[in-house]
Amino acid sequence: MTIAVTNLRVEDKLYQNRYVVDSGRPHIKVRPHKWPSANLFALTSVCPAKCYELNDNGQVEITADGCMECGTCRILCEASGEIEWNYPRGGYGVLFKFG
Amino acid sequence: MTEEKFDAIVIGAGMAGNAAAYTMASRGLKVLQLERGEYPGSKNVQGAIMYSNMLEKIIPDFRDDAPLERHLIEQRFWMMDDTSHIGMQYRSDDFNESRHNRYTVIRAQFDKWFSRKVREAGATVLCETTVTELARDSDGKVIGVLTDRTGDMILADVVVLAEGVNGLLGTRAGLRETPKPQNVALAVKEMHFLPEEVIDQRFGLKANEGCVIEAAGTISRSMAGLAFLYTNKESISIGIGCLVSDFAATMESPYELLESFKNHPSIRTLIAGSEVKEYAAHLIPEGGYRAIPQLFGNGWVVVGDAAQLNNAVHREGSNLAMTSGRLAGEAIFLVRKGGRPMTKENLALYKSMLDKSFVIKDLRKYKDMPALLHTNSRNFFTTYPQLLSQAAQNFMRVDSTPKLDKERATTAAFIKARSRWGLVGDAVRLAFAWR
Repeated sequence: MTIAVTNLRVEDKLYQNRYVVDSGRPHIKVRPHKWPSANLFALTSVCPAKCYELNDNGQVEITADGCMECGTCRILCEASGEIEWNYPRGGYGVLFKFG
Repeated sequence: MTEEKFDAIVIGAGMAGNAAAYTMASRGLKVLQLERGEYPGSKNVQGAIMYSNMLEKIIPDFRDDAPLERHLIEQRFWMMDDTSHIGMQYRSDDFNESRHNRYTVIRAQFDKWFSRKVREAGATVLCETTVTELARDSDGKVIGVLTDRTGDMILADVVVLAEGVNGLLGTRAGLRETPKPQNVALAVKEMHFLPEEVIDQRFGLKANEGCVIEAAGTISRSMAGLAFLYTNKESISIGIGCLVSDFAATMESPYELLESFKNHPSIRTLIAGSEVKEYAAHLIPEGGYRAIPQLFGNGWVVVGDAAQLNNAVHREGSNLAMTSGRLAGEAIFLVRKGGRPMTKENLALYKSMLDKSFVIKDLRKYKDMPALLHTNSRNFFTTYPQLLSQAAQNFMRVDSTPKLDKERATTAAFIKARSRWGLVGDAVRLAFAWR
């Protein structure tokens, strides 16, 4: 129940934002894995846009459409190779109205 | 564009990049500035407080047309527990001077203005362009950039890396390390809109006066963190940030922290009835002096957040960014004027200029503060705020307990929580880190 409320809330927050999504070219990818590391698992709650979610098999998946490009996941998981992180192409991604 | 060679390429159009580009272009250098956002500011996030002194050194008459929100006349520091805050505040009519000291700004608007100044100074600004790689010659000297706009290389004598806290280019080129989780904070922020007069009434303000609240305590759930509330003209910026390493260890959710802060009884009434129009997240460099990377090399310099130039104790960043950008620009101008090449040896001038400025002097002053606050976060962000709140309540609440007993209870609570040696040790460590 708590999780459902939380989900709703962050989606409502992200709904305020402006994005130009680069369809079919996600700028962050999660390396296929059997079990996530502690840091990768932590992203399921630490990502401020809740882009990371645990699937039914216990693996972490990403949907980067709501990403605010903060880089938290890069700081935690790029060095281990668990995620591949690039900035979106020029003009794409989040476009802050106020910042 | 391939046949063109620039004197300097600036990567990024934030505070540091704009300061560097303006400084060089206004001195006659041929400057190309590349920004991946749709417009300058569209990728930038800050609280945001803008410091006049550092902008005056770049654009002295900025007040004529810069989009400024409110000038700050009051600052409140709050220590919070779950139901209370105990605070220190300073408000002075002296801040109602003609050349105000600090302003709140909205970065997307401010950065557009700053970028216009950069273009007017003669720089070429190319937006919607992500730099994908630094181009280097066989000796490793940076000679230009590759972008996603064309496959071609754009050449320059020197590249100014103003790519922000999460800059990929410098780290991937091995010029500096990716920040460690314990050296960056993740901050989330919302923009809450309210009529100007409602903000004036709630904070006791008039005529573009502004107020800032910065708060620490149980709101960060034992993580090293800080919350803030800044008044803009017709909006309130409200947010909270904590160390990424603490977020990873606790698995707290940043937007839940923000919701808790917004619902705190001391905050709720200040933002009641507001309309939220944006939710943003950004990293803040927190490593201080000891986390500053190599700042210059053959054909490159790094400025602003990308160089970890942020004073976490005073919560200053944009002024360090502007100053480092300006000094990098001045150093590059001087090297070029002397007819010398943009080598590591010559660009060391930037570092020596930065060392003499407040930027490095301030960061050096607080070099031990990050380690102190980050490794004792539970004491500083939960235990002490709770103890202080209890002490204040003991003092304020009137009942039939004799005052002497109340004071004994307060003292006993401090000793029970931290022990006599713990209290002395915390005080000594804090004093040493501060001096």
